[in-house]
Order: sequence, then structure tokens, then C-alpha cells
Amino acid sequence: MKKIGSKLIDWIDERYDLTPVRNLLLHKKVPEHRHSVWYYMGGVTLFLFLVQLFTGILLLLYYRPGEDSAYESVRFIVTEVKFGWLIRNVHSWSANLLVLFAFIHMFSVFFSKAYEKPRELTWITGFIILVFTLAFGFSGYLLPWNELAFFATKVGTDIVGVVPVIGEPLKTFLRGGEEVTGATLSRFFGIHVAILPAIFTIFLTLHLLFIQRQGMHEPEHFKNLPEEKKTYISFFPDFALKDLLLWVVVFNILIFLALYSPWELGNKADAFASAPSGIRPEWYFMFMFQSLKLLPAHILFLEGELLGVLFFGVAGFIWMLVPYIKVKHRPNWKIQPLTLIGIIIVAFIVIMTVLGYII
Amino acid sequence: MGKRFYYFLLSTLTVSFLFGFAYAEKENKKADQNQKVDQCFVCHKEIENLPKDFSENDIHRHANLLCSSCHGGDPNSDDQDVAMSPSKGFVGVPKRKDIPKFCGKCHSNINIMRVYQPRIATDQVEQYYTSVHGKKLLAGDENVAECSSCHTAHSILPAKDPRSSVYALNVPNTCNKCHGNSSLMKNYNIPVNQLEEYSKSVHGIALLKNKDISAPACNDCHGNHGATPPGLKSISHVCGTCHVSNMEFFNATRMARAFEEQDFHGCEQCHGNHAVQKPNDDMIGVGKESKCIDCHSEGDKGYNVSKNIHSSLTQLKNEYDAANAKYLEVKQIGMNDVEIGFQLQDAKQALIQSRTLIHTFDSAKVGAKAKEGIDISNKASLLAQKEIDDYSTRRNGFAIATLTFLVFVIALYFKIKDKEKKAS
Amino acid sequence: MKLDRRKFLNMLLGFGGIGGILSVFYPVFSFLIPPKTTEPKVNSVKAGMSAEFPTNSSKIIKFGRKPVILIKTEDNEYKALSASCTHLDCIVQYKNDTKQILCACHNGIYDLSGRNISGPPPRPLEEYEVKIIKDEIVITKVG
Repeated sequence: MKKIGSKLIDWIDERYDLTPVRNLLLHKKVPEHRHSVWYYMGGVTLFLFLVQLFTGILLLLYYRPGEDSAYESVRFIVTEVKFGWLIRNVHSWSANLLVLFAFIHMFSVFFSKAYEKPRELTWITGFIILVFTLAFGFSGYLLPWNELAFFATKVGTDIVGVVPVIGEPLKTFLRGGEEVTGATLSRFFGIHVAILPAIFTIFLTLHLLFIQRQGMHEPEHFKNLPEEKKTYISFFPDFALKDLLLWVVVFNILIFLALYSPWELGNKADAFASAPSGIRPEWYFMFMFQSLKLLPAHILFLEGELLGVLFFGVAGFIWMLVPYIKVKHRPNWKIQPLTLIGIIIVAFIVIMTVLGYII
Repeated sequence: MGKRFYYFLLSTLTVSFLFGFAYAEKENKKADQNQKVDQCFVCHKEIENLPKDFSENDIHRHANLLCSSCHGGDPNSDDQDVAMSPSKGFVGVPKRKDIPKFCGKCHSNINIMRVYQPRIATDQVEQYYTSVHGKKLLAGDENVAECSSCHTAHSILPAKDPRSSVYALNVPNTCNKCHGNSSLMKNYNIPVNQLEEYSKSVHGIALLKNKDISAPACNDCHGNHGATPPGLKSISHVCGTCHVSNMEFFNATRMARAFEEQDFHGCEQCHGNHAVQKPNDDMIGVGKESKCIDCHSEGDKGYNVSKNIHSSLTQLKNEYDAANAKYLEVKQIGMNDVEIGFQLQDAKQALIQSRTLIHTFDSAKVGAKAKEGIDISNKASLLAQKEIDDYSTRRNGFAIATLTFLVFVIALYFKIKDKEKKAS
Repeated sequence: MKLDRRKFLNMLLGFGGIGGILSVFYPVFSFLIPPKTTEPKVNSVKAGMSAEFPTNSSKIIKFGRKPVILIKTEDNEYKALSASCTHLDCIVQYKNDTKQILCACHNGIYDLSGRNISGPPPRPLEEYEVKIIKDEIVITKVG
């Protein structure tokens, strides 16, 4: 086995010179310290994205976009196609786990300040990837064309329309018309399987490239250690094997969820039926949805909803530019101001999400 | 030139205008005269002496008939002595026994009625006099129903109008006005519980609760104007208007002839009349609730047939229920239930047909149809079981996969640990 | 001892690894093989060959979740209607003597266009389109 492997590598090396690859594999090192568990989060997110890609392509072989066929094709996949139920449920669950781990990864990077110079662009591309991931989730959610998805899309695009000047045209653009119809489905399908994957790949590649080029970030407490005290493990094979271990565990949990908590088929969407009571967005939009719900109808002369949407837009933009925000270090403070803000943001998101479900 | 011309124009215009106005007034007056003014109504309204049941929606009013069209008199005169003079044809309020003839003045004359509705029936009065109500009225009984008892006098609406007293949903209550009055019915020895019984029946619930106007009301079985309780010969035909198969099966049997000979009441004998309920399988067979053992006893042929039919049906019902239970389980666990649903539909069809075939009193026929249903139910059960089994197979498959992953993970963990130990 | 342990671990690793890969690729392969009913028959259903369908007769066909009655009239024309009676959902039948559609439950009668012409049914039967493609009968939803 090993002989065949090394022969193959030699064959490729002769033609394409694998020196840079060899260098990376042999020399890339990962710092080992009490917080290095967070280094795995990005990898898990990447793994889940690959699962999405794979299961998504499989589903693509049977799914049919279109008002008259989408729901029925999903039904077909889940009932007639062998293991279709598994592929579909893995895809739905992996989407949710993907968003969860993306958030965990982002906040762990924030709190360890890994976004600081020279890694500003890594952070920015990362944030853009997060937004695309949410867009994947939003567009994909409509594709089974059931009641819940239909109304969630209606409400979601309505909120987009609240933005001044560009809101209405953007809403019409997203919906492919005035209302959510089969045209919206076609559009979301194109966005979900072609447009988003294409742009996503570009930003993901940049993100990964930057990381490989710059190596892993070392947190303050590690950087300040004397050289001998710094422990590193080589990326290949040690860190990679640990990565693999974690991935297999996550994969197993994914399949468990797919089997024991399957996604329902729901009822086919009917544009003329009244919205079922208590429609909610997916949990990763819940904190924004709940905040908008809690805002009063009018604040000063502005509509509450408008203010909320603008607030989140601006907040997101500022968040993306966090690497450029310089906050003076306060030596007396136990928790530094930026970290404090981060904690408040996380608490806000968690509380709003929970409220969305219990209210 | 200017001023004079101006004055000339002005005067010409004014004069033309005045002439035009006068002419229009004249035309108006003429039109008013053509539109008959119903002085009867005008006066009675003023003195607030309109009939208690007066309605603006009354169909005769809508047809532009006046009070005088029925009551006679002169509608143009506002002088009571002239308007209500017998010489002008005034007949006043007709006596009860004269009401059918009163209405029949128009309603029995096709030449008059065809003006308003070319296809309307004109045999109502004729039919009425054949009914129990009509016969008694002729004999001098003033306590029976005549036209206005059901139709009202001055708020008559077509039977298709939901506000009408003779609209399908309202018929039971209209009949019940008299037939539910015990002091009235005492004299005729007629019970007064029909509406109560009917409301609890399949037909009553369908009509009164579910508003299904295709369900029979009193008139569908008893007739309208010729209302008479169905005679013995007619009972199965009456029920058979809707329940065709049951009637056809029954009438072809020896039982039907036996029923006739014994003056039995056909369908009513087993199913009741006003309080007819959804039948249950225990009405046949040899149990306590069976109708058959009212006549048949152990040992005779009918007894055995009844027993066999009951057992066929019970078997089918049980198989169907078992299959249905499995179907619901499949639905609940989220597996594929479409084909099973179809087969259950077919099985249900066979069950309904088997029950209808009871009326042939032929256990072979019932048994054959029941067997069809049993076979389909079994097929459905098998299919459902396959889905349920698939469900656990999936979980078992998952358990095995998890096991292999676990083995891999544990081995890898130790491998990593070993490498670390080697490194240090 | 150490070598045995290493060999044992490697064996476990191999076994677990291959088992894991199989657990992933077996479902994926099965998924890729087309199932018996190759596609969700939503908008059209095949109902057999036209030449084999006797004149003045009918058949009940499944259309998704709904039963459909397919009739070949005595003029050799095809009619496809919903077979669920609009009164109380019994399955209707074709009477080849009166050339009408009867619901035996309460004697409801429809004509060949699905119009409810007698008895309790409150609404007509939904119509389906019938096309003959290369002698095969194909039923599709209207519109």
C-alpha cells in the first residue's frame, strides 16, 4: 500500500514539483495551548460545508424546481429513493450545524483577537462567507416548497422591502415579482445551486489561502511565552489526524440527528391559504426576527421595523470592519472594552434566540 | 343689434324651458298613472294595520301583484268604502276552509301561472285534497294545515330561497309547528316526537347540523302537497330514491314478499323511520342487538344465514381496522403511506358494498364481497408492515454504522496518543 | 507488547476506517441507483394501451393520492374524471347502460362531463385531460 502511494507521489513530483506542498505539510505548525481547541472550529465548519456540497449535489439529481414539482420531488426523494430520507435529512441538519459552527468559529476568532493585523482580510472574507452561508440557508429553505417555507420567505423578503430606497426593488428582485410565487422558487434555486456556490468558492479559497500563507494566529498569552516554552504540533499528520477524529464524531452526530429528528415534509405551499399561526424563521435568523418584533411601531418619526433593519445592517457592517477598530487598552479593566462588547453581543444573540421560542 | 338679440335669445330659452318642464310633468303623471298605486298598501301602512307576517320580500309582491290581486277590491281608491266594496270584488280575509281554493284561483290555472313561470306545477290544490290535511279540511276540520300554514300568507318565498319557511333546512321546523304541539295532535292520536327523533337521526344530523340540503326532510318521504305517511308498499321505494342498491337487492328477495304478507314495514321494520341511525354490524347476526332474531330462531335457515353474514362482516371489519391501525402508524412515523392509503380506500369500498349486500339476505354474496375486502386489507397490512420494518432497519443500520465509526475513532484516538508519546 | 498493540491498533483503524467508508458509500450508491418508480408522477399518469381498453367501459386509476375514473365511451372517446363523489367521497362507477356516472352510496348521478345532474352531489367531478401518445393512454391534470 505504502509503496504504491510513494510511487504515485514520485510520479506527480517529477512533473509538477510538489516542493511547496511538501513544505506546507512538513513545516506547517499549530500552536498548542489551553485555548487551542478553538482552532478546530474552522475545520469543522469547512467539513460541514463539504457535506452540504456533497449531499446537495446528490439531491440535485432528483430535485425538480417549480411550483408543480418541487414539493412532489422532495416527497419522492424521501419516500421512494433509496436512502433519500438520509441524504435529505443530513442536508437539512448539516445546514443548521454549519451555521452554528460558523458562528462559534467567528466568535472564537473574535475573542482571541485573531483578526488583528496582519489577518484583517481573513476576517473580512470570513464575514462575507458567513453572510453567504445565511443566504444559502435562506434560499435553500424555500426549495421544498412547503407551507412553512413559503411563509417564512414571504416574511423574510417583506423585511428586506423595509429598507429605504433600495428595499422595494431589492424585494422585487429577490421575489422575481411582487409576490412570492413559482418565479421566486426558480430564482432561489438558481441562487442556491449556482450563483452562491460560485461566489462562495471564490471567497472560501481566498480565506483558506490567507490562512495557509500566514499560519495560525498565536494568542497574546502564547506570544509572550519564552521560546522554549512554546509548544507546537505539526499540522500534518498530528493536527490533521485530530481534525479527522473530530470530523468523524461530528459526522456521526449528524447522522444521529438525521435519523432520530428528521425534517418533516409539511404541507404543500398554497399561496391563497392564510399564514399558519406562529410562523417563525429558522433559528439563526430568530434573534433578528425577535428584536424586530419587540421594537415599538414608531420611534420618533421613524418606523420601528425600519430602524431595526438599519441597525442590524449598520451593526453587521461595523462588525465586518472590526480589525480596523482600535480601542485603547485599559490596564485597570479586568475585561477589555472590545471583549466586553463581544460578550454583550453573544448574550444578546442567545437571549433573543431563546426569547423567540418561549414567547 | 347686440342688446336686442340678447333679450330675444333669453326669452326664447326661458319659454322653451317652461314648455319642456310642463311636458315632462305631463309625461311623469302619465307614467305614474300606468304604475298602479296600491292604495290598499298605502292606507294600511299608514294606519299600521299591515298583516302580522307582511314582508317586503314576498314573492307575489315581487311579481308586482297587489293586495287586490288576491283580496279583490279597488286598489286605486283611497276611500275605504269604495276600495273594500264587494261590488268591486273585495273578498276580505278568506275562511280557512276556502284558502286552498283561494290560492288555487291562480295556482291551479296554468294559463295564469305560465306568465310568471312557464314550467311551474299547477296540481298543488288537487294533490292537497288527496292528503290527510286536505281530506280533513274538506270534512270541516279547521285545525289542519292549509296553504298558508306552511307557506305563510304575506311572506311567501320560493322553496329555493334560504329565508323561506319551506326551504329544505326549515321544513322540519315548519312541520313541527303543528306536529310538535301535543294539545293539537292529541285529537288525532299522532305522536309529537318526530322532530326530536329526526334531529338525532342520520338524516336529521346531515340536514340540520351539517346543512346538507340533499338529506331528506319531512316532505322528501311524506310528499309536499299530497302529504301522506308512506303506505306499506311504498316504504322501500321511498327509501330507495336515494338508497337504490339497498332497495333493488331487497325487493328481489323472498324476504320482501314475506314482509308484504306479514304487513311488515319494509325498511322501517329494521331501520326505524324518523330516528333512523347509522346501522351497525350487530343489527344482523344472532346477538342481542340483532333484528333478525325478532322473527328467526335457532335452527331455521334465516338464523344461520344471519349468523354467517355477521361473521363475514365482522371478519372484514376487523381486518380493515387492523390494516387501518398500521396505516396510521406508518403515517405517524413518517414513512410512505400513499399506496397503503389507496388499498385501504378499496377495502373500505368492499366493506360498504358487503354491508349493502346484506339486503340480498344471501350469505354467499356477502361472503364473496367480504373476502375481496379481507384480501385487500391483508395486502395493505403487509405493505404497512414493510414500511414499519424499514423504519427499524434504518435504526439498526445506523447503530452498526455508529459502531464502526466508534471503533475507528477509538483506534485513532489511541494512535494519536501514541504519536504524542513518541514525540515527547 | 508494543508491536502487538501497534498492529492491533492499526487493524482496528483499518477495520473501522473501511467500515466507516462503506457506511458512507453504500447509502450513496443506493441513492444513485434509480428507484422502481423513476419519477414522481405528478402531472401525468400512464393508464395502459388504448387498443386494449374495451369500448363503453371504465377503469379506476391512481393519480398521486387521488382516484380517477377513466372511461372509454361508445364513440371511442376518452373521459377522465375524479372518482371521488363530491357528496360524501364514495368511489363512483360508470354505468354502461345509461352511459352515466353513478355513485351507488346515495344514488348521485353525473353526466360524462362530470356535471352533477341528479341526487345529492353538490358539485361536478373534476375533469382530467386524456392524451393518446403512441397508443398509450396518458392522463394529465388540466391547466
